[in-house]
Amino acid sequence: MRKYSVFAVAREAMRGHRGWEAQWTSPEPRKEYDVIIIGAGGHGLGTAYYLAKEHGITNIAVLEKGWLGGGNTGRNTTIIRSNYLYDESAGIYDHALKLWDNLSQDLNYNVMYSARGVMMLSHNIHDQQVFKRHIHANRLNGIDNEWLTPEQAKEFCPPLDISRTARYPINGAALQRRGGTARHDAVAWGYARAAADRGVHIIQNCEVTGLRRHANGAIAGVETNRGYIGAKKVGVVAAGHTSVLMEMADVRMPLVSYPLQALVSEPVKPIFPCVVMSNTVHAYISQSDKGELVIGAGTDQYSSYSQTGGLQIITHTLDAICELFPIFRRMKMMRSWGGIVDVTPDRSPILAKTPVPGLYVNCGWGTGGFKATPGSANVFAHTIANDAPHRINAPFTLERFRTGRLIDEAAAAAVAH
Amino acid sequence: MLLIYCPYCEEERSELEFRQAGDAHIARPTNITELTDEEFEAFFFLRDNVKGLTYERWRHLNGCGRFFNAARDTVSDKFVTTYKAGLPKPDISTLRPATEATVETYEATESNAK
Repeated sequence: MRKYSVFAVAREAMRGHRGWEAQWTSPEPRKEYDVIIIGAGGHGLGTAYYLAKEHGITNIAVLEKGWLGGGNTGRNTTIIRSNYLYDESAGIYDHALKLWDNLSQDLNYNVMYSARGVMMLSHNIHDQQVFKRHIHANRLNGIDNEWLTPEQAKEFCPPLDISRTARYPINGAALQRRGGTARHDAVAWGYARAAADRGVHIIQNCEVTGLRRHANGAIAGVETNRGYIGAKKVGVVAAGHTSVLMEMADVRMPLVSYPLQALVSEPVKPIFPCVVMSNTVHAYISQSDKGELVIGAGTDQYSSYSQTGGLQIITHTLDAICELFPIFRRMKMMRSWGGIVDVTPDRSPILAKTPVPGLYVNCGWGTGGFKATPGSANVFAHTIANDAPHRINAPFTLERFRTGRLIDEAAAAAVAH
Repeated sequence: MLLIYCPYCEEERSELEFRQAGDAHIARPTNITELTDEEFEAFFFLRDNVKGLTYERWRHLNGCGRFFNAARDTVSDKFVTTYKAGLPKPDISTLRPATEATVETYEATESNAK
C-alpha cells in the first residue's frame, strides 16, 4: 500500500493522477479462513483490521451481502459522543472516543473526525434532572460533560432559538466538547484499505445463506452464494440482519429490527457549528463538511426490514427542527433514507461469545452504533482472537438476559424509545 | 403511509391510529413464578424477529382501542390480512399469490407499487 501524504498528492498532481492504486482488492475467496467476519460495515472491517494489526491473524475474510459500507455505516448521522450513564457503557464508548482521536493517523486515511461538540437540549425539569445526573456520572468516569445555561447554549450554537415564547422552550443543555462527527464512508473505506493492506480478503456481493457446524456443534464454515467457505471462527457483525444469521445456527436473539431514518438538506455555507440533539422533541442536527444539514429522525413504531420508513416520522422531526432553528424553515430537504437497526431490550449492545463454539456476535447497537465503531471493533477482535472477552466488553454478554445483569441505557440513548 | 384494516371497526384507517404490540399467538406462561431463568429469558427477551411473513398483535389505539392480529410481510411492510384476536392463524396461501417475491430495497418497493 502506498501511503497517502501531502507528498503523494504533489507527486500525483505532476503525473496527471495516474499513480493512485485501488484502495483494496477483490480477491477470489479461499477454501478456508482462520476467521470469517460477516458484514463489511465499519464494525466488521474494523474487527478484521484489529485482528490483523493487534493479534497477528491475517487469514481473514470479510463477507458482505451488498457493497462495502452500504448498510448502517453509510446510513447514519455520524454523531460521536461517549456521555452514557452506566460505567459499562462509559467504558466502551469512551474507549471508542479515544480511538477516534488518532484514527486518521492510525489508518493513514482521513476519516474527518471533528470534535465540534455535541449539545443535548433540555426542555423541562425532568430533562434537566436526567442530564445533570448524566453529567455527574460521566465526571466520575472521567468523561467530559458540562451543564450550559440557555444563554451559554445560544453562544455555543447561535442559530438556536432560546426565546421564552419558543414552541419548545429551552432551560439548559448538556455539552460534551469531545463529541462531534466523522465522515462515515471514510471510516469504512479507511478500515477496508488498512485491513486489505495486511492481507485481509474483502469479498463483496457474497451473501451468507447458511452456517455449517461440526458434529460437536462447533462452527465449520459458511454457505454463501459463491459456495462453501470453511472457517475456524465466525464473527457475525450484521446489524439489523443479525437475527436472520443467528437463526442459521439455531440461536434466538433478544433483538427486534426497526427502520431508522435520516435526511440531508441542500448544501449551504457553514452555518451550524456543532451537533445538537433533543431527546424530548426528537431531533438531531449537524452540518456536514459538504454543507448539507444532516438530520436524524426516530425509529418507526413497528418492526421491519424495509430500509425505508414512514414519512410521518421524518416530518415530525422536521417540525421540531424548524421550531428549534427558525432560520431553517425554508431549507429544502434533498434526500432521505432508512437503515435497519437491531434494538436490544436494554438498549445496550451485545459483543460476546455465543452458545455455539467458534461463533461470535457483535450486535444490538440499535440507533447509535456509529460512534462506537473503533472501540467495538477493537474489543471484538480481542474477543475473537482470545476466545474470551476484553475487560471492556465483558459485561456485554448474551447471557445477561438470563442472569438479569442488564445495562439499562434506555434513558441514555439519544432516542426516546 | 399504510392503510390498515381494523377487523372490529371493519374499515381501513391510517397507520397513525395503530400501534404494533408484539408477536401474536404466544401462549403466555400461567406459572410464571416457577419458570427457570432459561424459560423466562425465552419468553420475555428472545424474539424470532422474522424477516418475511410474521404474525403479530396490533392495537387500534386511536380508534376502537382493541387488539387484533395481523399477518404482515416485514420486508415490504404489506399487510396480508388482519383478523380478530383469539382466531387461529389464517391460511395465508389462499390470500397471497405464491409467485410474489419479497423485495429488498426501497427502489424495488417503489417500482412494484401498483
